[in-house]
Amino acid sequence: MKFSNAWLQEWVNPGLMAQELADQLTMAGLEAVEVTAVAEDFTAVVVGEIVACETHPNADKLRLCKVAGHPQGEMQVICGAPNARTGIKVPFALVGAKLPGDFNIKKAKLRGVESLGMLCAQTELGLGEDSDGIWELPTDAPTGMDLREYLQLNDKTIEVELTPNRADCLSIAGIAREVGVLNRCAVALPEIAEVAPQLDESLPVSLLAEEACPRYVGRVIRGIDNSAQTPLWMQERLRRSGLRSIDAVVDVTNYVLLELGQPLHAFDFEKLSGGIKVRYAEAAEQLTLLDGKQVELQQGTLLIADEQKPLAIAGVMGGLDSAVTAATRDVFLEGAFFSPLAIAGKARSYGLHTDASHRYERGVDFRLQEKAIERATQLLLDIVGGKPGPVHIRQLNESMPAERRIYLRRQRVVEGLGVTIDDTEIVDIMTRLGLEKMDEDTAGWHFLVPSFRFDLSIEADLLEELARVHGYNRIPNESLSGAQAMPQQSEVQVSRELLEQTLRARGYQEAITFSFVDRTLARQFNPGVEPVALQNPISAELSVMRTSLMPGLIKALQYNLNRQQARVRLFETGLRFVTGDTLQQQDMIAGLIYGARQPESWGGSRDQVDFYDIKADVEALLTHFIAANEFNFSPVQSMQQYEALHPGQSAQILRNGELVGVLGALHPQLQKSLGLPHAPLLFELDRGTLGLARLPEFAPLSKFPEVRRDLALLVASHVTADSLIETAALVAGNYLSAVKIFDVYQGKSIDSDSKSVAIGLIFQHPSRTLNDEEINAAVEAVVAELEKKYNASLR
Amino acid sequence: MQELSSLTQQAQSLAEQAEDLATLDRVRVEYLGKKGHITALLKNLGKLSAAERPAAGAEINRAKQRLQEHINCCREALEAAAISAKLAAETIDVTLSGRGEVQGNAHPISRTQQRITELFTNLGFAVEEGPEIEDDYHNFEALNIPAHHPARAMHDTFYIDSSTVLRTHTSPVQIRTLEKVAPPVRIICPGRVYRCDSDATHSPMFHQVEGLLVDQNVSFAHLKGCITQFITAFFETEVPVRFRPSYFPFTEPSAEVDIQCTACGGSGCRVCSSTGWLEILGCGMVHPNVFSACNIDSEIYSGFAFGIGVERLAMLRYGVNDLRLFFENDLRMLKQF
Repeated sequence: MKFSNAWLQEWVNPGLMAQELADQLTMAGLEAVEVTAVAEDFTAVVVGEIVACETHPNADKLRLCKVAGHPQGEMQVICGAPNARTGIKVPFALVGAKLPGDFNIKKAKLRGVESLGMLCAQTELGLGEDSDGIWELPTDAPTGMDLREYLQLNDKTIEVELTPNRADCLSIAGIAREVGVLNRCAVALPEIAEVAPQLDESLPVSLLAEEACPRYVGRVIRGIDNSAQTPLWMQERLRRSGLRSIDAVVDVTNYVLLELGQPLHAFDFEKLSGGIKVRYAEAAEQLTLLDGKQVELQQGTLLIADEQKPLAIAGVMGGLDSAVTAATRDVFLEGAFFSPLAIAGKARSYGLHTDASHRYERGVDFRLQEKAIERATQLLLDIVGGKPGPVHIRQLNESMPAERRIYLRRQRVVEGLGVTIDDTEIVDIMTRLGLEKMDEDTAGWHFLVPSFRFDLSIEADLLEELARVHGYNRIPNESLSGAQAMPQQSEVQVSRELLEQTLRARGYQEAITFSFVDRTLARQFNPGVEPVALQNPISAELSVMRTSLMPGLIKALQYNLNRQQARVRLFETGLRFVTGDTLQQQDMIAGLIYGARQPESWGGSRDQVDFYDIKADVEALLTHFIAANEFNFSPVQSMQQYEALHPGQSAQILRNGELVGVLGALHPQLQKSLGLPHAPLLFELDRGTLGLARLPEFAPLSKFPEVRRDLALLVASHVTADSLIETAALVAGNYLSAVKIFDVYQGKSIDSDSKSVAIGLIFQHPSRTLNDEEINAAVEAVVAELEKKYNASLR
Repeated sequence: MQELSSLTQQAQSLAEQAEDLATLDRVRVEYLGKKGHITALLKNLGKLSAAERPAAGAEINRAKQRLQEHINCCREALEAAAISAKLAAETIDVTLSGRGEVQGNAHPISRTQQRITELFTNLGFAVEEGPEIEDDYHNFEALNIPAHHPARAMHDTFYIDSSTVLRTHTSPVQIRTLEKVAPPVRIICPGRVYRCDSDATHSPMFHQVEGLLVDQNVSFAHLKGCITQFITAFFETEVPVRFRPSYFPFTEPSAEVDIQCTACGGSGCRVCSSTGWLEILGCGMVHPNVFSACNIDSEIYSGFAFGIGVERLAMLRYGVNDLRLFFENDLRMLKQF
């Protein structure tokens, strides 16, 4: 809502500067977003009258004008505008005038003839968009009057951004009421007299959608002249509210909309066939709207129709065929009340948003219609003439909004706001807001809610009004109190923070990537899962919800590689979205490493990271679960399982057989298609299935020495480390305390399909020293079993 | 005794000339050892008269002792020199960087979120989380935003289908919590939220921290106190704060909270669009309709809720000048936090 401060001041004048008023409105919840001068600075421009006009002796396109308006008499001005002619009134910039853009008017000679001043176009004064010729002012403009004074240009416009609950302030009347409340000053309403009918003609109205339109007020006015010019003062007020002047009838309806907040529509009476029907659209009905767009009406759209055809989308926009034109002689004025629910969302569903729909969606005063019609009639008769019929009101009482009464308890004011406000102040604020005190008892007051406040229905709403008008910042700040119980805190819950800390300590930077990704990339990382698609994505690259955190990390890697970052370590936590029988939103932690194993340094290795680097990071995370023997890493089951990962260099992570995550190198094909020089390594763990940690349970320390035996074994290269360790542990007896693989060798002096694995077996007895025989027997058992099971031989 | 004095002098000067411990020890053996020159003088005492013997013996012993002390001094000096030499040889360039992995950092958004969360958990607020793909009921309906409510237009919602959305705020976590926990409730809910809007100052994904307190006798003054305390604690300075009436369907009264612009100190600049104030959060008293959606009696309980924009606070706190930087994950940016 944008309005002229001078206009507002005709209703209420608290004696504030425009900026002060704007600040006051902001602090009352009507956020003033802009205060601007209605016109740029200019001086010494008066209303001039061209008293004589002839062609310049030395130039065909220039005119030599005698202009009245200068205090010292008529001046000779040369003007190039084609519309310069005797008898018109125009803005006349005198010698010495300063125009917008630092343009100074001086005495000049044009083609040998002296020119004393300039006649201006709208654009030259920054007062409109018309740059075709000089601006023709109304003929009754007083010659010689300062233009700023004539046009009331020493005014500011204030723009307030209203929250959806404050439809009552979408008018000068509403803003004035609010200003009156805030400053506790009187609001003077302009006199709206009833205009006596001069005809007895009216149009029958059938309200066929009772709930949606229970009230419809109409009036016929015959014999108007719509070619009449809208008065300048009205054009200026419309302009200052951001509306363009269209024609007199439309300007008047817009003016009343701004002034009172009631949308009005004027139909060309001649184009109507029979009475008005307010009804819902039927299938396949068509309507060409005022803006020229032809729409197929959706069933359930509320319409204004006549006996034969739809005329307008109720509360949104009128139709082109029944619109008034300059030739219109007779009009039918409509002012209706539509229920907000009937209009809400309708404009948007047609891709529209109009001043009317904006107001109707939020709620228009359901008692305002006849007043608005009377006001419009009064203005119209002054401008376009004509004879009005009677104001015809159709109202369905049982469908009208119910009267609302709110009981406001004194105690709730104190308890709810934490401040005591005097009874008299409470009643005064409510009354000024338009509420009517109906009753009073020892505990509080019963108020009747005015018909323009759709947002007030419960006691809390009145508390807000009180707080707002009293001033939020006059309410004290109070500290919280109340007993606090010590919170339950599980020790076996592994916090996200702990995992993040671990990764950060291992050189990972935290990334935050969008939760929506490119569909193709999502499918590559999770081919079995159809990603959740957005109906209205920002772009194709952000069109589906991620099924893995990996694509986002890959994108971040590419971004950094393109910026000369050769070593990248990133992790992210967050949800992924997996469809299936039900949608699962799984809380993941994922990481990516790329580039050198160590940061570039004088002493660091320049080797590239590989699988075992990222595995160590994952193992570090799993350490927090204190359940090492429950986790294992198993090779992926099929080449297709994780399409995005290298099938020979990736593994599933299981806890007690349940899948908790995956890690591995990016698939070489994907690496190539993404243009990555090396393969990044990735992991992703599901925090949900990772489960809880074990509470640490202390195992007593043995005082007796441990004994270590190392074996170098030759096995087929496909035999996994895990299987060797598990087998060894199974047969090495009760006193085996640890098994380690401390070397793996493939290459010279060994068959190409074999490898040498060095295993360390560590034995310890809790209560005595082990003897050689026991250890030798255990080692032999291990060797025999490994030979039996894996054809392992000692080297 | 002429001999004793010259032997002692000889030995002293040899000890002084010794350049290492081995040479020095050889000097000791040569003069003081069992077969040493000075030791040998003692053996010759027998040739003296009984009267001369004690004095001569005592003199030799004194000389031996002096020489021994002298050699000890020389040894200490040599040892000290050897250590100095070793230290000199082992001196390294301590300005070279340390070896091994470097420390990574939390994302500035996480860091900010963490800080906000911690300040509230200190006041007894518990952390709650909720789904990001949310149903219409929890995101809108239960929060007193029925279908076609004009407030929905303010939300620029991403739709999955007609009844499923990406949550537009963290407020649904209020509902999910009140559905399962009876008051008193103090929760803080950090998380990602989504709005279908993308330009220099809007990201389609951003972060909020929701707070909710429900108890008996909670007033708007408590809300003001809590929020003001939080702002002071977060910025570690008394920033001027103002509460501005606003509108959220799920709170009544509702407020927007502005702090004085940290960039210009309130005089007006580009950051605050010349208003001198920056909006940092929305808040209000829980609307009775929200309580009734969760079967809580609003005659007994009252409460307040707030939603903090994390990106905004991170930008103000760390001077980040472009919202989009947060989601580019440029290592040069991330490493600064």
